[in-house]
Amino acid sequence: MIANYLPLIVDGLADAALIFFVAVGLTLVFSVLRILNVAHGSFYALGAYLSVVIGTFAAGHGWPVLSLGALVISPLLIAPTLGPLIERTLLRWTYGRPQALQILVTFGLFLILEDLQKLVFGVQPYSQDISMQLLGTSHIGGIVYLNYQLLLIVLAVMVGICLRLLLKKSRIGKLIVAVVADEELARTVGINAPRVFVFAFSIGVFLAALGGALASPTIGVAPGLGAEIIVLAFAVVAIGGLGQIEGAALAAILVGFTRAAAIYFAPEFQPVAPYLVMVAVLIIRPYGLFGSIGLRRI
Amino acid sequence: MNPILAVRDLRISFGGIVAANGIDLDIYPHELIAVIGPNGSGKTTFLNLCTGYIHPASGTVTFEGKAITELPPRTITRRGIARAFQIPQLFAGHSVIENVMLAVAARHGIWDVMRPLVRRSYRDEAREILDLLTLGDVADRLTAILPEGMRKLADIAIAMALKPRLLLLDEPTSSVSTMEKIPLMDTIVGVLRAEKITALFVEHDMDVVERYADRVLVWDNGRVAAEGPPHEVLHSADVLERIIGVT
Amino acid sequence: MVVRYILILAVVAGLLPIAVPWLGFVFTLAVSKGLAALGVAMLLRGGLISIGHALYFATGAYAVAFLMRDAGIGDLLLLFAFATLITTAVGFLVGAFMVRYRTIFFAMLNLAVSMVFFTMLSKLYYITGGTDGLRVATPFLLGIQLSRGAFDLVLQNAALIVMVASALLIDRYLKSPLGEALGAIDTNEVRLEYLGVSARGVIWAAYTVSAGLAGLGGAISAVAIGHVVPELSYWTVSGQLVLIAVLGGIGGVPGAFIGAFFLELVRTFAVGVAAEVWNAIIGISLLIVIFFLPEGLYGLIQRLERRRPNPK
Repeated sequence: MIANYLPLIVDGLADAALIFFVAVGLTLVFSVLRILNVAHGSFYALGAYLSVVIGTFAAGHGWPVLSLGALVISPLLIAPTLGPLIERTLLRWTYGRPQALQILVTFGLFLILEDLQKLVFGVQPYSQDISMQLLGTSHIGGIVYLNYQLLLIVLAVMVGICLRLLLKKSRIGKLIVAVVADEELARTVGINAPRVFVFAFSIGVFLAALGGALASPTIGVAPGLGAEIIVLAFAVVAIGGLGQIEGAALAAILVGFTRAAAIYFAPEFQPVAPYLVMVAVLIIRPYGLFGSIGLRRI
Repeated sequence: MNPILAVRDLRISFGGIVAANGIDLDIYPHELIAVIGPNGSGKTTFLNLCTGYIHPASGTVTFEGKAITELPPRTITRRGIARAFQIPQLFAGHSVIENVMLAVAARHGIWDVMRPLVRRSYRDEAREILDLLTLGDVADRLTAILPEGMRKLADIAIAMALKPRLLLLDEPTSSVSTMEKIPLMDTIVGVLRAEKITALFVEHDMDVVERYADRVLVWDNGRVAAEGPPHEVLHSADVLERIIGVT
Repeated sequence: MVVRYILILAVVAGLLPIAVPWLGFVFTLAVSKGLAALGVAMLLRGGLISIGHALYFATGAYAVAFLMRDAGIGDLLLLFAFATLITTAVGFLVGAFMVRYRTIFFAMLNLAVSMVFFTMLSKLYYITGGTDGLRVATPFLLGIQLSRGAFDLVLQNAALIVMVASALLIDRYLKSPLGEALGAIDTNEVRLEYLGVSARGVIWAAYTVSAGLAGLGGAISAVAIGHVVPELSYWTVSGQLVLIAVLGGIGGVPGAFIGAFFLELVRTFAVGVAAEVWNAIIGISLLIVIFFLPEGLYGLIQRLERRRPNPK
C-alpha cells in the first residue's frame, strides 16, 4: 500500500530538501544576528542564476559533468564574497537598532539585489537541467525515480548533520552558541562577536545560494524567484519557530509533503498550500512549533 | 469586613526555582501594607501574579470578591488595581504630562478618535497629580531624559491617574535620596488616605516601613513567612535574621 | 501647523494641473499612492512595518473592476465608497490575525499575504483576467457619462478633495487618545496594557483604517489608469509605499503625500532612462534616507531612538 505513495513521498522529501536549505539559512541568521533578512531570497536566486550560467558554459565547452560541480561552486563563490561584504557594510550598522530599521534595511537590499540581478542576467528565463539528466533515473519497485531527487534528500540530511556537528562540536560552533545564548556575556569573556556574525551570516548566504543552485535544474530561473522563495522560506521558518533549526527541518518536511500532496490531489491549491499550513499552525501555536517569546522582566 | 484582596495558596515555578510557594494573605480596605524580604524571595513575582502578567500553576487571587487569577493585566487594571514598577515603565517618546494624560484618557475611555488627547480637562487632571508628586516643573520634559528618581515618581503618577482602589508600588522610594524619602512618602500616603486607596508597597527601607505601614508582610522563599504590625515584626529577632543583608 | 501644510499642498496641487495639464494624471496617481502610504505611515507610528500593503491597494483596485463588471455599478462615487468599504472589511478580517504579531512577524506576514494574493490574481484567469488583468471603463458621475478628458479633470479634483479630507481626518485620529495609544505601543506596550488598554484593539483599529486608506487609493488608481493588473499586489509596490511613508516622515500626515508627489514626479522623468532599475532606485533611496537623511525619518527615528536611555 505504501508503495503506491512512494512517488509522492519522494517528491515531498525532495521538495522538502530544497525548502530546508533556504529555510535553515534564514533561521540560522536570525538566531545569531537577530535579523530576519528579507534579502535572503535574493541569494537563492543568485545561486540559481550563477549555477545555470556556469553549467551552461561547462556543457557548451564539452564538460557537462562540471555542471554538477556548478551546483556547489556557485554558492561557494557567492557566500565568501557577498556574505562579508553585506554584513560588514549594511548589517553591522543595524545591530542594536530598532527592529523596524533592520527590516527596512534588508528590504531595501532586497529591492536593490532584485534589479541588479535583472541587469546582470536579463529578464528572460534561464533553464539548465543537464545535472538532472546526467544523474539519470532508478527503477525501484517498478516505479521510476529521478536520482537527482534522491541526491537532494541525501544532501539535505548531510547538511542537517553538518550543521548540527558544526554548532555542537566545532570551535566556531561553540562560539556561535555562546553568542546566541547571551551576546553581552560572550563579548565580556572575550569572544569576537563580530567575527561570529560574519561567519554565521555567510553560512546563511551559502545555504540560500546552495538551495537556489540545487533547485535550478528543476525550475525556470527568472526574475521574481527571490520574492517567491523568501515568502515561502518565511512561512516555513514561521511554522518551525524563528531561530529553531530543528523546527525548520520539521516544517520543511511538512510543507514539502503538503505541496507534493497538493500537486497530486488538488493542483489549484498548490501555490497557497504552504500558507494555509502556516496560518493553521500559527493559530494553534502563535510562534511556531518550537518557537516561543520571552516575557520581558518588569 | 471582607478583604479587598484575597490570595490563596499561590504557586508557580520557573525551571527549577520555586518563585511562589503557597502564598496566602488577605488585605483589607484602606490598609497600607508593606512587603519586605530578601532579594529573590519572590516579591515582584507576587505582584506579577496579582496583576495577571503571569498566571499561577495553582491557587487563586480574588479582588473585591471576584476571582482575577486568570485575567490579563488590562482587565485587572480596569477592575481597579494599578501598579507602579520596580523599573519605571514609561512611554519614552512622550513627555511626563503626556504619559499621565494617556493614563487619564485610558480611564475615561481610550476609544475616542474625535477629540485630541491633549485637551484641557485631561491636562488639568494630569497637572494636579504631577504637582502633588513634585513633578510639576518637569511636566513637559521627555521621560527618557529624566533622572531615575523622577522616573519612579512619574511611574507612580501614571498609576495614581488611573484612580485605582488598590495600588501596588514596587520599591517606590528606591531611587529617591534619603532626605527626600519622608516628604515623598508623606505626600503619597496623604493622597492614599484622602482618596481611601488601599495600597501595598514593596520596600527595603525599614524606616519607611516603620513609619507608614499598618501591617508588614515578610517574604521568604516565595511565601509569607511572618506578618504583623511594624513594631512587632521589625523587632523580632527571627525576622531580622531572615532579612539581614537587605538594608 | 499640519492644517497649514495641507492647505498649501492643496492649493499648489490644485493649481498645478491647470498650469501644466499633463501633470494632472501624475497628481492623481500620486494621491492614490499617497493614501496607501499614509496607511503604512499610520502603522509605522506603532512600530509596525507593513511590507505588504499593496494587498489592500490591489483589493481596492480590483474591487472597482469587479463592481463595474459584475455588480453593474458605474457611478464614480459609489465605486469609491464600495471599494473602500470592501477593502476595509478585508483589512478588518486580516487584521484579526495580524494583531497578535509585532515587528518581524507582522512585516513578513503582511508580505506573505500580499504575495499569495498576487499569485491568486495571476492564476484565477476566469475570475480575475489572470496576468492580463481587467479593464476598467470610464465611470459616470451622478448619471452623466463624461468624455475621458473631462472625466480626468473631475477625477483630479475628486482626488484633491479626498487628499485634503483624509489628511485632516487621519491627523485628527493620530492626535486622539486612540491614535496616541498607537504610538505608545511602540514605546511600551506592557505599560499600555497596565493602563487597561488592549494593545491588540488599538492596533486592529489602526490596521483596519490603514487598509481602507490603501483601498481608496487603489480605487482611484484603477479609475485613473483604466486597467487593473496582479502586479498591483506585488511586493515592489509595497516597497514604494514603504519608501514614501519613510521618506515623508517629515511632518507625518502631509509627508505621505509630499513623498508620493516627489516619487511620482521622479518616476515620470526617469521612465525613459531608468525603468529597468526602478526597484533598485527605490531600494537605494530607502537606504540613503535611513543612513544619511534622518530628517526624512524624522518622526520614526526620533521616536525609536528615544527608547534608548542615552539619546543621540
